[in-house]
Amino acid sequence: MAIPKVCGIETEYGIHAPGGDGNPIAASSVLVNAYATEAERRTDWDFEDETPANDARGFTREGSLAPVVETHLANTVLTNGARYYVDHAHPEYSSPECADPLSCVLYDKAGEEVLRRSMRAAAHVYPNAPAAVVYKNNSDGKGNSYGCHENYLMDRAVPFAKVAAAIVPHFVTRQIFTGAGKVGAETAALDRSAVTFQISQRAEFFEEVIGLETTLKRPIVNTRDEPHADPRRFRRLHVIVGDANLAEVATFLKVGTTALVLAMVEDDVSPPRDLTPADPVRSLHQVSTDLSLARPFTLSDGSTATALAVQWELYTAARKYADHHGLEVLGSDEVGEQVLQRWEAVLHGLEQDPSTLARQLDWVAKRRIVEAYRERHGCEWGDSRLAALDLQYHDLRPSRSLYARLGMERLVDDEAVASAVTTPPADTRAWFRGQCLARWPEAVVTANWDSLVFDLGTDPLRRVPMMDPLRGTAAHTAALLEASASPAQLLERLSA
Amino acid sequence: MAERELKRKSAPARTETEVIEEAPAASERGEKIKAELDDLMDEIDEVLEDNAEEFVRNYVQKGGQ
Repeated sequence: MAIPKVCGIETEYGIHAPGGDGNPIAASSVLVNAYATEAERRTDWDFEDETPANDARGFTREGSLAPVVETHLANTVLTNGARYYVDHAHPEYSSPECADPLSCVLYDKAGEEVLRRSMRAAAHVYPNAPAAVVYKNNSDGKGNSYGCHENYLMDRAVPFAKVAAAIVPHFVTRQIFTGAGKVGAETAALDRSAVTFQISQRAEFFEEVIGLETTLKRPIVNTRDEPHADPRRFRRLHVIVGDANLAEVATFLKVGTTALVLAMVEDDVSPPRDLTPADPVRSLHQVSTDLSLARPFTLSDGSTATALAVQWELYTAARKYADHHGLEVLGSDEVGEQVLQRWEAVLHGLEQDPSTLARQLDWVAKRRIVEAYRERHGCEWGDSRLAALDLQYHDLRPSRSLYARLGMERLVDDEAVASAVTTPPADTRAWFRGQCLARWPEAVVTANWDSLVFDLGTDPLRRVPMMDPLRGTAAHTAALLEASASPAQLLERLSA
Repeated sequence: MAERELKRKSAPARTETEVIEEAPAASERGEKIKAELDDLMDEIDEVLEDNAEEFVRNYVQKGGQ
């Protein structure tokens, strides 16, 4: 039996501080610390409270001293249950555990809002530091990539080798709707002189089919085994092959379709034939550069298929699976049905005319403005204005974001996103984590994915394990939290 | 798969009159889409970084995961 696909998205954001000393760790730390000291404490965050100079970033404030930043402090857990910290010289937001793909979209968008508030908070807290700008993308166009990782709760009883083998066809081909689009190519994997625009930001950085690495020789299937939950019952599939999406429909489909295919593996349901490419890495690169969506690749049985054909076969198998098993594993039948309907609609759109999806998919939206810009200004491919356009699509500042100007379809509204910045999802253990942090920030000395450690002022420190991602929900703990006037009372009741 | 094939087949089953009636509407729609895109490109021209070459050159990241 498939287990509920609790999921989350962790995003390493690109960061650039024009006029700064070029130290991205310091710039990232400024953002995280400023948010931790200012934004989180201000429950009445004032959206109008922006200094105009804040939007005019890009100048050097000569003569000012950079702030002294305690980089080891730049690690915080937010009251929405997320973790926000500095990782590999990037600010990283790891969403709280979400019980369904729509919730995952909401908390991913909340992450963008956290980064936007961080940029504003930094201007208040460190007025003399060069203002950093944050980009939600995956590469700098010069061969350096940073990730957007997904996590899915899996049943430990299902052998990992089986999961890995079954998910490869989806990971190679799902980019036709999850790709964030990119002008040109930047690694030796592709012919840089021939690639003008590609579907995925990340695809060309992958060199292996399966492995443990995340920063070099990146594998399509990552083998990290760190469940952050009871290791006897659970596995956490850590997915590093995706692009960071701004488009809500793309994020919804990325997480929804993947969760569904993984549930099928757990229930031993597969498409009628093996869809694994003969050379998955090569096919991953080929799909990213095939804007016609028509070039077939060879499957391991010697037959051929296009990415679209593979997706249709996965979709068809998923639809059949849903008819037999229901979709409770995606959080609810309702959200699961939305995933299936969107999946089908997007495949139809891609098949008939991808440009009809310019308000749903990042790569299509970006390609549309890149092509329009080329036509208007007569640019050749290779013109730096096209690369600038690509970068600025991902700029999180409302004043500069190109994404924000494209009228993209929304699945969650601004009000819900604002609430998700400070309120945890009610239906996972993130609820208990976030609520404890909101109520007793001084008493919680450490918050991890699978435990909270309280300091009650008396020895020893008290650790509360949270080994099941679906326990510690509002349904389980809201009454308990309400009835506890202090953390000491909470712990007393918990151990009773 | 059967359902999908059914949908594909249903597409060309329109009458000729419908096609003729659709023509002006489609071109109007086309004009509207073009005008919208023109407005969007005006806006993009306004907000795009002034010095694209320098902006792109300076955007260098340390590799991450």
